[in-house]
Amino acid sequence: MFDRLSDGFNNVFRKLSGQGSISEKNITDAMAEVRTALLEADVHYDVVKAFCDEVVADVLGREVTKSLKPGQEMIGIVHRRLVALLGGDPDADPQEALKTLGTDRGIMKVSPPPTVVMMCGLQGSGKTTTCGKLAAMLKKQGRKTMVCAADLQRPAAIEQLHTVVEHVNKQFTQGPTVLFHGEPDKAAEYGKAVNVAVKVCQRALDEARQQGVDVLILDTAGRLHVNDELMTELHLVNRAMMPHHIFLVVDAMTGQDAVNSAKAFHERLTVDGVILTKFDSDTRGGAALSVKQVTGAPIRYIGVGEKLDQIEPFHPERMAGRILGMGDVVSLVEKAQQEVSEEDAAKLSEKMARGEMTMDDFLSQLRTLRRMGSMKQLLGLLPGVGSMLKDADVDEGQLKRIEAMIQSMTAEERAHPKIIHAPRRRRIAEGSGSEQPAVGQLIKQFDAINKMAKSMAGAGGAGRIAAARQMASAGGMPGMGLPMMKTKGSTKQAKRGVKQRKKRKH
Amino acid sequence: MGLFKSVVSKLRKGLDRTRETFVAGLRSMLVGRKLDEALIEELESRLIQSDVGVRTTTALITQIRADYKSGQLARGEDVLEFLKAELKSRWPEADRTLHFADAGPTVILVTGVNGAGKTTSIAKLCSQLRNEGRTVLLGACDTFRAGAVRQLEIWAERLGVEVVKGQQGGDPAAVAFDACSAAVSRGVDVLILDTAGRLHTQDPLMRQLTKIRSVATKKIEGAPHETLLVLDATAGQNALRQAEEFGKAAGVTGIFLAKLDGTAKGGIVVAIREATNIPVKFIGVGETPDDIEPFDPERFVEAMFAE
Repeated sequence: MFDRLSDGFNNVFRKLSGQGSISEKNITDAMAEVRTALLEADVHYDVVKAFCDEVVADVLGREVTKSLKPGQEMIGIVHRRLVALLGGDPDADPQEALKTLGTDRGIMKVSPPPTVVMMCGLQGSGKTTTCGKLAAMLKKQGRKTMVCAADLQRPAAIEQLHTVVEHVNKQFTQGPTVLFHGEPDKAAEYGKAVNVAVKVCQRALDEARQQGVDVLILDTAGRLHVNDELMTELHLVNRAMMPHHIFLVVDAMTGQDAVNSAKAFHERLTVDGVILTKFDSDTRGGAALSVKQVTGAPIRYIGVGEKLDQIEPFHPERMAGRILGMGDVVSLVEKAQQEVSEEDAAKLSEKMARGEMTMDDFLSQLRTLRRMGSMKQLLGLLPGVGSMLKDADVDEGQLKRIEAMIQSMTAEERAHPKIIHAPRRRRIAEGSGSEQPAVGQLIKQFDAINKMAKSMAGAGGAGRIAAARQMASAGGMPGMGLPMMKTKGSTKQAKRGVKQRKKRKH
Repeated sequence: MGLFKSVVSKLRKGLDRTRETFVAGLRSMLVGRKLDEALIEELESRLIQSDVGVRTTTALITQIRADYKSGQLARGEDVLEFLKAELKSRWPEADRTLHFADAGPTVILVTGVNGAGKTTSIAKLCSQLRNEGRTVLLGACDTFRAGAVRQLEIWAERLGVEVVKGQQGGDPAAVAFDACSAAVSRGVDVLILDTAGRLHTQDPLMRQLTKIRSVATKKIEGAPHETLLVLDATAGQNALRQAEEFGKAAGVTGIFLAKLDGTAKGGIVVAIREATNIPVKFIGVGETPDDIEPFDPERFVEAMFAE
């Protein structure tokens, strides 16, 4: 996502950075490019126009043309404007972001429960899947959730939601079981079950109260914002249920019409949050940049994959950083925190300091890494790496192969990798379907990490440098040092990306 | 002529929304006004907002501006006529009919991203083929999404056709294999394969599509005879990337543009035309199985600009 948009911005900044002094004309020319990039990203025309005008006004107002680092100043201005566009506070201290780690304004708690959450949106925007993701998220938070199938129109929508709920309960064992309310006998062909949905929702609410449910999620039928009858039905559900949250689910790949439908839903229902789905596509994110501006409703969550835990709270500041290729380290740290408890981390670092890390520890670390997301996703969060990765083909299988090798070792071998000699190496290679040299390399790197960790813990500065050297000579982190990345195009591209970062730091 | 009229009126009804905001807007904007720089800018904004795309809009606007300066275009009405002619001329002659097998079952593979409207579009296609007197069999290769098979089954019950299905979570290529065998042994005319929605950025899933395709080819010669990509008409310029990626992985031969009734943006049809050579073969303009139209650019533009 946002790839092309990032490219557009980077081009402009690069051009401006390269010039010692810039004129007003340079700025307007650059903004013409930004404008095209935004329009091609499906950002709404009016939003683009306002955005570009504001940036130009800021630039002229601050007399950027007289600045010594015009490119740098431009980035700052554009970043501020982007944050505001995405619904954030541009004056927030970036250091503050670290304090908001793991926070999410979340789903409010009400007394008496349940909190009623109504989902709405166009057909195919991803409402049902998102219901499942929200339910999974709430379950993890320990809140008792019920999901109600209020989509009586689409064939098998009720079954779909039911299955999704079953999957949630099977995949996430932590937290209370998610309940399901559905009345398949009330389903009917398109347009024929209008108004039945209200009754179904009311019965779900009764049941939810009886069962002591904390959050009730209503999955309504997809509808076109131009279909009056169905919009009225939604209005009736709204009036009867008085939901605490109304989330509009929007496909991130929607074009210029995104704002029209969002506006129409907002006018009828006063939506209090937007959930953008399919963010893992290569959408250029126009909807994300337009919806907030036009409806005033903030983006609350983004869906980033087909798996039920692939939903993230939306942070405007972080997203603006990602768009401008500045990376998003805060999200990376947060992901790590979610997967590793402090206690485990402390235990492991102690073990490592004594040089006692085993292959099993290593394996569990690898698995943690994999749970955090695909390598490409993770690397994309590092500053400057995102643009380099654009054409790179990250070999996601590499970690899997290492895992296979470790799994082909005996318990003894895992605890004391030193005993692995040629015959054992051969057996491990055969067992894991890899080559002997690969096994050898793994062991060598493992050894290097262990040594490094020990000397790092023991020594001061000098020891650390030595340790780092040792690690570099062994080919870096296992997995990372192996040829994980194949660049499709020339390697020049990657190099250029690095240079670019360096330049900007001045 | 009567038939033609009814088709146009239906098409117009489906496109009502498109006409209302895009073209009716254009009309009221242009008719009775003198062409000037301000009007040209308004027009640019309107074209962009209809998802025509930046490139096409820039080309159109450049042309209009030049013609305005040379005095060839002076009134808003002239611009309207110019747009109509220009848009029509953008579609070369192309084969927009469905390809059928010379003998044995015709296999139609249906693909698209999540939520594009594949299953509903299949119901429409199925209904049309049945009306033409052909026997149809459906293959439920979407073994991934919960309820997908059931959704197809419900449509099949309503339309009176049979479905070949596999296990939830099973190998879709295996279902394709079974469906092809069944199509041959039952001697049906057309087999339509429904596939799971997938984002074109997911390489492994795109490769799976290639596999489904080659299974069909192995089982029935020349299959799939038609590979349709279902695009959501409300999708923006990302639709072009989808067409490109699915074209590569599945050898798309035609586009089914779904949900055209819900959008103010008939313009994406133009953008698709500019970016790919894949012909739009059908458009979906409503929720019932009969809301399907063959795409005819001439008529499409006429309907869009009708009063």
